[in-house]
Amino acid sequence: MQSHAQKERKYSSLQPESPIKQLFKNNMRQYSMIFALIVIMLLFQVLTSGLLLQPLNITNLILQNSYILILAIGMMLVIITGHIDLSVGSIAAFVGAISAILMVNYEMPTFVAVIISLLVGAAIGAWQGFWVAYVKIPAFIVTLAGMLLFRGLTMIVLEGKSIAPFPETFQKMSSGFIPDASAANIVTLLIGVILSVVLVVAQVRTRRTQMKFDFGVQSKGLFILKLVGMVVLLNVFTYVLASYEGIPNVLILLGILIVAYTYVMKKTKAGRHIYAIGGNEKAAQLSGIKTKQMTFWVFVNMGVLSALSGLIFAARLNAATPKAGNLFELDAIAACFIGGASAYGGIGTVPGAIIGGLVMGIMNNGMSLLGLGIDWQQGIKGLVLLAAVAFDIYNKNKAN
Amino acid sequence: MTDIILEMRGITKEFPGVKALSNVNLKVKRGEIHALCGENGAGKSTLMKVLSGVYPHGSYTGDILFDDEVCEFKNIRQSEDRGIVIIHQELALIPYLSIAENIFLGNEISKNGVIDWNETMMRTKELLAKVGLKESPQTKVEDIGVGKQQLVEIAKALAKDVKLLILDEPTASLNENDSENLLNLLLEFKEYGMSAIMISHKLNEIERVADSMTIIRDGQSIETLDMKKDNVNQDRIIKGMVGRDLTNRYPERTPKIGETIFEVENWTVYHPTHADRKIIDNISLHIRRGEIVGVAGLMGAGRTELAMSIFGKSYGKKISGRIVKNGQEVQFPNVTSAIKQGLAYVSEDRKGNGLILMDDIKQNITLASLDKISKRTVIDENREMIEAENYRQKLRIKTPSVHQKAGNLSGGNQQKIVLSKWIFSEPDILILDEPTRGIDVGAKYEIYSIINELAAEGKGILLISSELPELLGMCDRIYVMNEGSVTGEVPKEDASQETLMMYMTKRKVRG
Repeated sequence: MQSHAQKERKYSSLQPESPIKQLFKNNMRQYSMIFALIVIMLLFQVLTSGLLLQPLNITNLILQNSYILILAIGMMLVIITGHIDLSVGSIAAFVGAISAILMVNYEMPTFVAVIISLLVGAAIGAWQGFWVAYVKIPAFIVTLAGMLLFRGLTMIVLEGKSIAPFPETFQKMSSGFIPDASAANIVTLLIGVILSVVLVVAQVRTRRTQMKFDFGVQSKGLFILKLVGMVVLLNVFTYVLASYEGIPNVLILLGILIVAYTYVMKKTKAGRHIYAIGGNEKAAQLSGIKTKQMTFWVFVNMGVLSALSGLIFAARLNAATPKAGNLFELDAIAACFIGGASAYGGIGTVPGAIIGGLVMGIMNNGMSLLGLGIDWQQGIKGLVLLAAVAFDIYNKNKAN
Repeated sequence: MTDIILEMRGITKEFPGVKALSNVNLKVKRGEIHALCGENGAGKSTLMKVLSGVYPHGSYTGDILFDDEVCEFKNIRQSEDRGIVIIHQELALIPYLSIAENIFLGNEISKNGVIDWNETMMRTKELLAKVGLKESPQTKVEDIGVGKQQLVEIAKALAKDVKLLILDEPTASLNENDSENLLNLLLEFKEYGMSAIMISHKLNEIERVADSMTIIRDGQSIETLDMKKDNVNQDRIIKGMVGRDLTNRYPERTPKIGETIFEVENWTVYHPTHADRKIIDNISLHIRRGEIVGVAGLMGAGRTELAMSIFGKSYGKKISGRIVKNGQEVQFPNVTSAIKQGLAYVSEDRKGNGLILMDDIKQNITLASLDKISKRTVIDENREMIEAENYRQKLRIKTPSVHQKAGNLSGGNQQKIVLSKWIFSEPDILILDEPTRGIDVGAKYEIYSIINELAAEGKGILLISSELPELLGMCDRIYVMNEGSVTGEVPKEDASQETLMMYMTKRKVRG
């Protein structure tokens, strides 16, 4: 067997720069985002004299931002195909209202009501997708219309009032924690350990296959360092959560969504098709990609995720209100652009949207802890969005 | 006043990591047409960007003397004020504005910021008369053809009091008639004393209009030739450009032609928006195994429309006719089904319809055949790498790795990516639409070799081209189209530029 070390050397000899420098260069965008996230986190940690990273507050952060992050995932897909969706906040409110009517007024079982709500979301997505993909009306206009339409419908079905309270099982979806009998939340810690093992095994296996095909890989030292870093981070995170109430249910849902969508976008044909449509729709179409159909499904997907987001928000608030989901669309869109999406389509990643969403979320939370008013918060968030995209474009110009 | 209008001395321009120009010298005489030749990536465009101030003074070393004065242009504006105007390959006109508005864009005739439309219209009329255009100044640019748009560009340059006109591939997107027209116009302006620099890959045009030429290779000026004194012909130019003799511009091939594998019968297509306009009128054609079949025609003859309407109905409405493949009638309701049934179409618009420039090479190569590298819709990225690497080597795509973005490559290499993509889809029939447009001589030869190899493997090739020598050099049989009909079918033995031209301009005969 040929030694791996030899292959590594063969690869690195092709690279004039040190592997670390190379690594940073290739992943400049991603690293700079993570770096920005860490800086913002540390900044508020200091400013709030340690309040930000308290177990209670971290749990709160997750609960507060889950619905925006879910929207951001779907929005990222929409933006990659080169469109935009302004209606997600209104759809979330509308579906929240529908679910309240089903569960509270008609006393339908939670499970059935949730399924129906998600289907309503899908139908709304299909409605908008039809106009965008097949009639070719710009998404900006279709979803602007949708924003007004579904906000109006929300107020109509709610008759301008709030509906509350939801059954307890439904509330648990958003504010519950994984069941754990022990005081120390052993299950949470255990999940951390299991995920660590899965992570290490998966990473080692990818590296192996890459080396088998003689593709370039990072040096062994760097690889181990990276793995150790990820494992430590993961377990510290679960430990912090365990020292409060354990893992929130919604985090599990969010985790599954992030992993699934990252996988779909990175590894599957569907994901590749979405990137291709955003990159050059004409070329994609002439390569045999069913561009209209794909665009349609991206909007259906957005509708379902909007519905899910609306459900979680309603469950957290324990009420469906006519004002729910107001300005969610802007937070979700901002998350995508901070997270590296291109306004022209074709570029962006699901983890990017999550990081962008966290940047926004931590700023919201941190500024609230500091007692800044909503006026200042809005202004500062606006500037951060502009700065993030300006930095991105500056980097791109420098690279050319 | 000396008889040298422009002298560029010892121009060196570096980009991070690359020396694009190294000690380039260029002298243009007053009132001459000076051709600038070189392969793609040789540095012609970079040199012109230095001259026009796109790369400002200070970002390069060397001197520019224009009209015996040292010039230090900081932007395009300053060079235009001196009378140096560039017309780029991609036209810089705004389609929704009128001819007059385009001509005076950024150069408006105005008083206190208010445009004097009467004066503008009058001047536009004069300018249009000079370039031989009979359109009204108020016609929108989108409503006139590319050939006329090129003339509008020239009128725009004239409006700026041009002394030295630089044309970057002026005839690349023009048909023979329009090219001819443009070249005549250049010669006419020369009579009036205007100087011009012309970048072109079309050597016959250079031979026709240029007085002298400078050849650039690998960022260095190789030689300057006087077309008459040095008795320059096309072979001489090619030798200078590639640095070696290229005795045969088309690779040798012994055709092995088999049975008919693809037939199109009574194909009729209507315009996608003007439902009563027939674009393709009752065309029938066939391709045999291992055969390279050419399609000649002027711009607007309907060649691309024919190809795209066959390729999964990507163009047109109310399509009627039969397609027979290997003796059986087939349907191509959409592109996906056309690809599945062994058809491939290499678009004439490489950047617009062929590639996803922001994606890397491997993603572009596999895009039309993701099924081949995926299992249950999950893409095997390792296999993707291996396949892409395979094509990189087979087609000699010049790039450090297949992770490189397609947009960063030169035209010839981009075309090789598009070809790789379609070869990877394993078609039986390849329709190649202008496969060598805007590609330098060396890369063209490589593309021709690839086409020949594909034919030798038993595929049928339909080659659409506006360059008649290319059709004559490559094809076994040539269909000639005019106004949506086939006006002639010429076997290799009988084909000459004259016969093709004759059919290309022939009106259709009914009956």
